[in-house]
Amino acid sequence: MAYLPNILFGLLLIAAIGYFAKNVKKLSRNIKLGKPADTSGDKSERLKNMSLIAFGQSKMVVRPIAGLMHIIVYLGFVIINIEVLEIIIDGLLGTHRIFAPLGKTYDILIASFEILAFLVIVAVVIFWLRRNIIKLKRFIKPEMTGWPKKDGNLILYIELVLMFLFLTMNAADLQLQQMDAANYVKAGTFPISQFIAPIFEGMSMNSLIIVERTAWWLHIAGILFFLNYLYYSKHLHILLAFPNTYYGNLKAQGQFNNLESVTNEVKLMMDPNADPSAAPTDDAGEPDKFGASDVTDLNWVQLLNAYTCTECGRCTSECPANQTGKKLSPRKVMMDTRDRLEEVGKNIDANKGIFVPDGKQLLDDYISREELWACTTCNACVEACPVSIDPLSIIVEMRRYLVMEKSAAPSDLNNMMGNLENNGAPWPFNQMDRLNWAKES
Amino acid sequence: MNVPTMASLFAEGKQPEVLFWVGCAGSFDDRAKKITKAFVKILNKANVSFAVLGTEESCTGDPAKRAGNEFLFQMQAMTNIEVMNAYEIKKVVTACPHCFNTIKNEYPGLGGNYEVVHHTQFLKQLLDEGKISLEGGTYKGKRITYHDPCYLGRANNVYEAPRELISKLDAELVEMKNCRKKGLCCGAGGAQMFKEPEKGDKDVNIERTEQALETTPDIIAAACPFCNTMMTDGVKNKEKEASIAVMDIAELIAKAKDL
Repeated sequence: MAYLPNILFGLLLIAAIGYFAKNVKKLSRNIKLGKPADTSGDKSERLKNMSLIAFGQSKMVVRPIAGLMHIIVYLGFVIINIEVLEIIIDGLLGTHRIFAPLGKTYDILIASFEILAFLVIVAVVIFWLRRNIIKLKRFIKPEMTGWPKKDGNLILYIELVLMFLFLTMNAADLQLQQMDAANYVKAGTFPISQFIAPIFEGMSMNSLIIVERTAWWLHIAGILFFLNYLYYSKHLHILLAFPNTYYGNLKAQGQFNNLESVTNEVKLMMDPNADPSAAPTDDAGEPDKFGASDVTDLNWVQLLNAYTCTECGRCTSECPANQTGKKLSPRKVMMDTRDRLEEVGKNIDANKGIFVPDGKQLLDDYISREELWACTTCNACVEACPVSIDPLSIIVEMRRYLVMEKSAAPSDLNNMMGNLENNGAPWPFNQMDRLNWAKES
Repeated sequence: MNVPTMASLFAEGKQPEVLFWVGCAGSFDDRAKKITKAFVKILNKANVSFAVLGTEESCTGDPAKRAGNEFLFQMQAMTNIEVMNAYEIKKVVTACPHCFNTIKNEYPGLGGNYEVVHHTQFLKQLLDEGKISLEGGTYKGKRITYHDPCYLGRANNVYEAPRELISKLDAELVEMKNCRKKGLCCGAGGAQMFKEPEKGDKDVNIERTEQALETTPDIIAAACPFCNTMMTDGVKNKEKEASIAVMDIAELIAKAKDL
């Protein structure tokens, strides 16, 4: 019976990691539903981008207040995880504070975890105020109702609870250390929880052990729950920000990709030696679909982008269309892409690995044409994203579908394109008049 | 005004150092034609060996590509590339950031490889090389705010050349609250120039003009013919056209040099 807690802990750990792994597999399968992406380019430049933007948080600090708070929570997350390692080893081996023999180093470690935990609490409270009391504009946009709103707050509550449990655990431990309780090795400095410890004065050793154990178990169980919460949440960015910044665009932001399938056809059209009546010689079967009407027409980096989005709304707040009251919100484009991809994934799960057409698509059922046509392709959203997401490429891909597959451009644009085709200019001027300006005074 | 064409130089067996890509706006739009002429006057003054394609030039295809018509874009691109490659063009300068971006970034993949510079970069270079000189005077004490064109700034990271030219004019450069990387679009990009805007509370160019007016400028400097149109319309909408001029950087310089 002495090993029951160890066994329970082991089972909890296996269950949590197993379930998480199952979802990661699903996530990776969904992302791979995308088309091949151009991931060429210098690997060292990609690594540099990942180090600066994801590890170094370089784009977060463009907005100093949110940036600073975010760095605190990020550092808290990364550094406090060293403590989680100790908790896992203790849990499996039935030890208590196995890193305690580190002595002075251990004191410093525990002290820094505590200070970080406190700072995280402060940051999380400020984040909560910004969302719920100050109501920053970007957090109350139409796409931020229902689950996205709840999700944003839930993450803050979970982080708050985890930090309080961690400090409670330490406070009870400190009290037990001072009472010379067996198994409670005298180790660590507790700059924050020393102020919580007095609450426990006068409690019996047994009750204190119950408090300490309960906090310990709830803390680690909470962390494992949080790990599994990620897949269902925008909070997935804590993992995906790294690959996403790695695979971020390396080219000039103004450069849109040239569709190769189009190049081949245009070359054929312009080749004076080509036989226009010749039947297609390739046995490739169906011709390529131009542009995107559904998530599977996008490339896998665009789908990774969608899962990486943490709905911060910096893109939307910089978008000129959104700022002037148009329907377009680049954040919504990313959320819609993710939600549709999840829907497609669930469809595949429910139908033994095969997607059964559901009469829905990303275009119209999620993203309206009005949104797509409001974009000025100004790249403000791309520039604003702290994790290298590119909403613009999805908008352009969907415009391509509308124009090339459906001939469904707004009539003004059809006029412009008609002029361009006939006169080589977007206006109805004759190409032969192109140099007239030189003769005018 | 001396405007040689590639065809005429070719007939004489000559090759200019740089092709001036005029663009559709610069060729046909009444306001933008003034920018074209101002730039040519500076080129003439600095004795730059240049030529235009004239009637052999055609739209780069930018508005078609941004609208989603990749076919039309590539048709335009390949036609233009054929012409430019036939003339063995090495260097291109243009006063339109949209032409600049398209030829610089999207033509290489289709066989068009040229050194492409925006006219603000070209003018800056002329200044650095001493081929033109700028004496203050005309703009002394004037407040000039500069509007970053999206396709020059964010799209291609050109922020300083136009600013350095303005500062050389002895004017006071005042920045809008959204500038450089955070510059707000004028509302014309992505083929919006050629269509009615979607329903909203406000037009984008009005929002941007309001930001410009907050700096209480004497002049709003632009570096794109489409931004110029949008900002000019915005200033008119605010009934400020009598006191605030919207001018291209090339026009500012041409005027300073009394060209």
